[in-house]
Amino acid sequence: MIHAVNNFIQHFLQNFFKKKRHIKLGLYGPPNGGKTTLANRICLDWLGEEMGSVSPIPHETREVKVKEQINIKSGKKELSFNLVDTPGIATKIDYEDFVKAGLSSREAKKRAKEATRGVIEAIKWLDDMDAVIVTLDSTRDPYSQVNITIIGNLEARKIPVLIVANKIDLKKANIKKIQSAFPQYEVVGISAKFGENMDKLYESLFEVA
Amino acid sequence: MLTLQFIPYSDIEGLSSEKRVKKILDVVKSEKVALLEGRLTREEETGLISTTMENINSNFKGIELLVLTADRKSVGMMKKIQNMVVELISGTRQGITIIGPATIIKDIKKDPDKIQLLTVERKRKKR
Repeated sequence: MIHAVNNFIQHFLQNFFKKKRHIKLGLYGPPNGGKTTLANRICLDWLGEEMGSVSPIPHETREVKVKEQINIKSGKKELSFNLVDTPGIATKIDYEDFVKAGLSSREAKKRAKEATRGVIEAIKWLDDMDAVIVTLDSTRDPYSQVNITIIGNLEARKIPVLIVANKIDLKKANIKKIQSAFPQYEVVGISAKFGENMDKLYESLFEVA
Repeated sequence: MLTLQFIPYSDIEGLSSEKRVKKILDVVKSEKVALLEGRLTREEETGLISTTMENINSNFKGIELLVLTADRKSVGMMKKIQNMVVELISGTRQGITIIGPATIIKDIKKDPDKIQLLTVERKRKKR
């Protein structure tokens, strides 16, 4: 019965969003999951230009960025959205980690300060989202409390969620582990960096959003 | 030395969300690991993260957080729905929440039968 109620809510939400001309599609997740790489891939695929800079050092995206009016099409299906790339959500930020990654002490302290503001801003934006892609690094343990808290919050706010298992081009990638951690959601394995399986992601977006 | 401070749910039950978060963070900022009976609401959990970010400075680097909940597979459907409603409104006494300062706790790992608190190695001062 709970499954039936969930289906009803899901269909209600789908119909509700179909009536909207544009939706806000958020990219959420922990730092270095590949949110901006995915945002760049989506923008390259549909607008021909990238959205933001990426870096192996965590918290490269420290403020919310919005790319407006992205239209994606597949057959007769069409979806129009504003793409919202958010800073990675973390429970701790230590500037010394940035120093270890090669930044000067001054740069590291500045980055840490901006990163804390970014997390707060990302959380504030949660309420504005119509649908969210939670972007997880498929080479990492998905059972982190941050992941559970983000997804739990979206669930509590009744915001439709699609989980992306990113970085499937890497040997350690484990999509099944993410599927077992969040069995109630559709999980799509992609490589945002190389554009692998993006068609499946767009198909799933039509279903969720 | 690692100090654990137990916070019974009755201590936070009558508090507003902001005060609940403050109470927990006060414990964690005094370099203790808070063991909260039950859990916060989903919104309070994100509130805890936001407030943690506001408090980060050279001494306080953030928190490690883990929520352990009881297995509900054996609970009846009506009870499940009741629990979900209660949890959304006021949090719950069920389970336990562990919140530790990131300067002391590097990671908290959950196993079906055990919890591992991985502590940060501190450099010993030379005499």
